[in-house]
Amino acid sequence: MTELTSAPLPPLSAEDHLRGPADAPGVVVYGDFECPYCAAVAGKLEGVRLRVAFRHFPLRSSHPRAWAAASAAEAAALQGRFWEMHDLLFSDQGRLEDPHLWDRARALGLDLERFDADRRSPEVQAHIRRDFEAGVRGGIVTTPTLIAPAARYAGRIDAQVLEELSAAAD
Amino acid sequence: MSDGPLQPGTPAPEFTLKREDGSDFTRADLIGNTTLLVFYPFAFSPVCTDQLGLYEEVLGDYLTKRGVSMYGVSCDASWSQTAFKEKLGVSIPQLSDFEPKGEVCRAFGVYHPGGFPQRALVIVDPDGIVGWSYQAPSPRELPGANLIFDGLDQLAARA
Repeated sequence: MTELTSAPLPPLSAEDHLRGPADAPGVVVYGDFECPYCAAVAGKLEGVRLRVAFRHFPLRSSHPRAWAAASAAEAAALQGRFWEMHDLLFSDQGRLEDPHLWDRARALGLDLERFDADRRSPEVQAHIRRDFEAGVRGGIVTTPTLIAPAARYAGRIDAQVLEELSAAAD
Repeated sequence: MSDGPLQPGTPAPEFTLKREDGSDFTRADLIGNTTLLVFYPFAFSPVCTDQLGLYEEVLGDYLTKRGVSMYGVSCDASWSQTAFKEKLGVSIPQLSDFEPKGEVCRAFGVYHPGGFPQRALVIVDPDGIVGWSYQAPSPRELPGANLIFDGLDQLAARA
């Protein structure tokens, strides 16, 4: 029985997906690929100097394809293309059915057979579940939630906030 | 009367809420099961949406395994609650405190002076005794699902 009692959010590890200059201030995004506000934040993060980590927080009731999309991103990660898939998923949230995921995998030049096996694999499912459970235990309640060293931001996030995080001494 | 939710050790009051099919849900329905009552301010308000979606995720995979029954409680009419539930794609059964409005919320100490339920969680043990309760500092703040598990742990520790 997995316990979801309160626990601090885990520190960054080798399992996390990171993007941005290594010496930039860090921010962890808990996101859902079918969540429109998450797509908005992903867009706003482009071009802001931050070291971004992305963790999965898919909510299936309102976003039935969120888990499948997260699985596609993790499967792409196993071929070294997590962020490319992350961007492609957020850029067209109306197309998240399986054929659309295959289209993206093809566009990225992934080994399609491997991609399809990986996205359904226990390892990929476990990774997403670990992110989700750790998020629940850390009190994440909605997406997107941004975790910065000094504060949390949830929901609609102003570009201004991101600029301030970027300017903050880490 | 809004002194905060009933505290652990307090017997749940006698009450009557309406299920979505119009039948009564009373204190007797609490007996024999651990019950989580999720009081929320309004159907269709965006914050509630996230809260029930998150709890649904937790309910499906975890709470049922622990034998915990979860209900959403608001002062909305049952029709609105059902429509809300369908819109969210959640299965959490809803209980309506519509008439007399807020009577049960008052009895549980979670009626907001603005005329709606506080955002509160109450766990009632199988004997009908409040085992744990929590009220968000403001209706805008969502209690994390982790708090439910903390509450269940406290309940287990006292049993």
